[in-house]
Amino acid sequence: MDTQITLRVDGADRPLTVDTRTSLLDAMRERLGATSAKKGCDHGQCGACTVLLDGRRVNSCLVLAVTAEGQEVTTSDGLAADGPHRLHETFVDHDAYQCGYCTPGQITSAAGVLAEAAQGWPSAVTEDLVADRTDLTDAEIRERMSGNLCRCAAYANIVPAVAQVAVEQGVRA
Amino acid sequence: MTATTERAVGSDVRRIDGPAKVRGLAPYAYEHEVDGSAVFVALVQSTVAKGRITSIDVSAAQAVPGVLAVLTHEDAPRLGDVAEELLVLQSDRVQYAGQPVAVVVAETSEVARDAVGRVVVRYDAQRPDVDLRADRDDLYPPEKLMGGFETDSVIGDVDAALAAAPVSVDVTYETPNEHNNPIEMHATVARWDGDVLRMWDANQGPHNLVPVITEAFGITADQLHITSPYVGGAFGSKAFTHVHQLIAGMAAKVTGRTVKVELTRQQMFSLVGHRTPTIQRLRLGALPDGTMTAISHEVVEHTSQNAEFAEQTATATRLMYAAPARRTTHRLAKLDVPAPTIMRAPGEAPGMYALESAVDELAEALGMDPVELRLRNEPERDPERDVPWSTRNLVACLRQGAERFGWADRDPRPGVRADGRWLVGTGVAASTYPTRRRPSQARIEAVPGKPFVVSIDASDIGTGAWTALTQIAADALGVPMDDVDLRIGDSRLPKASGAGGSTGITSWGPAIIAAAQELRDREVPPGGLTVTGSSGPGDEAEQYSSHAFGAHFAEVRVDRDSGEVRVPRMTAVFAAGRIINPTTARSQFLGGMTMGLSMALHEEAVLDATHGHYANHDLAEYHVATNADVGEVDISWVDEVDELHNPLGAKGIGEVGIVGSAAAIGNAYAHATGRRVRDLPLTPDKFFR
Repeated sequence: MDTQITLRVDGADRPLTVDTRTSLLDAMRERLGATSAKKGCDHGQCGACTVLLDGRRVNSCLVLAVTAEGQEVTTSDGLAADGPHRLHETFVDHDAYQCGYCTPGQITSAAGVLAEAAQGWPSAVTEDLVADRTDLTDAEIRERMSGNLCRCAAYANIVPAVAQVAVEQGVRA
Repeated sequence: MTATTERAVGSDVRRIDGPAKVRGLAPYAYEHEVDGSAVFVALVQSTVAKGRITSIDVSAAQAVPGVLAVLTHEDAPRLGDVAEELLVLQSDRVQYAGQPVAVVVAETSEVARDAVGRVVVRYDAQRPDVDLRADRDDLYPPEKLMGGFETDSVIGDVDAALAAAPVSVDVTYETPNEHNNPIEMHATVARWDGDVLRMWDANQGPHNLVPVITEAFGITADQLHITSPYVGGAFGSKAFTHVHQLIAGMAAKVTGRTVKVELTRQQMFSLVGHRTPTIQRLRLGALPDGTMTAISHEVVEHTSQNAEFAEQTATATRLMYAAPARRTTHRLAKLDVPAPTIMRAPGEAPGMYALESAVDELAEALGMDPVELRLRNEPERDPERDVPWSTRNLVACLRQGAERFGWADRDPRPGVRADGRWLVGTGVAASTYPTRRRPSQARIEAVPGKPFVVSIDASDIGTGAWTALTQIAADALGVPMDDVDLRIGDSRLPKASGAGGSTGITSWGPAIIAAAQELRDREVPPGGLTVTGSSGPGDEAEQYSSHAFGAHFAEVRVDRDSGEVRVPRMTAVFAAGRIINPTTARSQFLGGMTMGLSMALHEEAVLDATHGHYANHDLAEYHVATNADVGEVDISWVDEVDELHNPLGAKGIGEVGIVGSAAAIGNAYAHATGRRVRDLPLTPDKFFR
């Protein structure tokens, strides 16, 4: 069944017709020509499609497009609305990618991690569960970024790329 | 041309494609033709692994609104004379589970997938045989191995030497079925512009596909245009033509539309190849001082009914260590499985896992340090080809690696160190990978006042070729990198070898240098000047044995309660010729080492014995290394320039990082636990076996 919706992607309202079975990811990639978010599994297993939905990271392949109406969808491209995000720069500086396919998802995921740390959200490796802010140690970054697979395996470069921005944002000692 | 003294080669240069990639703006195959005109393909796959299709009912699928066509073997376009494994929708025969038996083309991807579920296929099925065992009575020697290597090699009386050896090991290692799993799923966008087939495709070099696709569709090379500027990883699975590319051409022909084929992650397990499982018997004999007297490496692996893929698993054993008596053999079982393919360091990755594990066991049997044992058996010349090395710096890698890792402090006794509930150990293994150069051509267009346009059908699958080739071109032209406008990844560019076998830089770089030399001492006229250059292997390949080498060191911790394995620390030192770009080279080594970690700890595709399909065909069940798997990684290289094979003095670096990595981890596991697990991966259950 087709339905008319308007998605707000990277700050722009985008009216479109979708099949009610269309995922947010396919709505962007196959209907809007917004291909910053990537498809690597279509099952929420790889993280390549990670976007921010009202600021929180989600696998956009697991979100039905019709449910995303009225929410702010931000891809890695959208993070660059006012010039490159610091994560864009540190990923380039640390060579935190190779083929680049998982990279937009890594970056939106990292943006989500920074926000979660600033709000004190604990992870499986957090020792102080009631701290106001989480200290994004290397172990915290590794744990929190493990939903984003990188088959080129730039992990050891992704950690310092995220860590540098975490220091700048005051969520890493 | 502007003279410049600054050299780009050897400098830490950030990826020129980086700013586009981090924002997600570099267009991969599926991201072309996004104006809404394209239609979508979905595949019906065989649920049986062996047999014949007795009927296909497509009526319900065809009735779904939005379905444009359903193709089956009864009505699909006929393909030309291509390899049997590529003859998709050409007959009623089923040779592996997951084989495409029908193709749906629809206006949207949702409708296409819906219709797939409505196609009813009936089979006359037979029970498949997917059981790889070393005691099968139908194992056979292939005529040649991949790469043209001899199937077997024998020097001296190996059995007598083994029987006479004062110290020996006789061990069998097994590696499982592994899948490349690049994160970009294989994708092709195709359209027929009259009699020209236009494709945007994820591959390791458009020219790799041209012979097969032109033959399949009965067209000339001029009638095929493939564009692939950015590729989201490959690791071998995108090197050759697979069925989806032919399906794209067929679907575009039948519908007259621009079609998009994107394999699902699950489909990638059966349609784009895998690394064959191996069973490897290693027998090593030595004198009490560690001098090896015999090396025997016998390999059993599988291939498919529809293709003979003979992986060259033991070829590295032919050159690693000196020993007067030596033998390698390869035997195949032809099973009802999808066709295997190359996966990062085919041959070397599984073969060196087994050899380097066995060498570790020999060191233990000798009571000798495993680094020292390797140093003791360093061959002065290639021991089987009897030619000199172009350069061989394994000794330097082992020594420097041992120093950086802190190997000297190691207590050799296995299974005696614990940190709380963690058993702790360290391991070492060597690495090697061949150095080669393949034929390639390049073109340079010079126009006064404009950047030099450097064109070559090279491919950047994440290697950094965009950047490294720009560096090479800049130096060859004597200009800053900004004055080079590189064009790669297009079948209409000068023909170049594919990105595979760690041959990219050693093949493409010299072609660009050759073209640049044509410009030397020539005045560029106002209207511009176009020159070409080519490069290829010469006699040096016969006269010398040329390989990159490396040494891996790893620390492993094993949870004595759960069997969980962690790798907090890896060190590797490589001898891989001149390094063009230290930043991207380090990433290549890092990626290889981490994929070796992944091979050691996680990767295994399980074939269902009854139905012949891959039971764990997705990334939730086929595990690959994640961020949290990787600890401290220390990567360095020795100064080495090897100009016998190319003017850059470079060797390939894409694969030497994975080779030996899993063995170092396995050896550290044995050192930690005092127990040797000889079948990868080192999953927790095996600790309790």
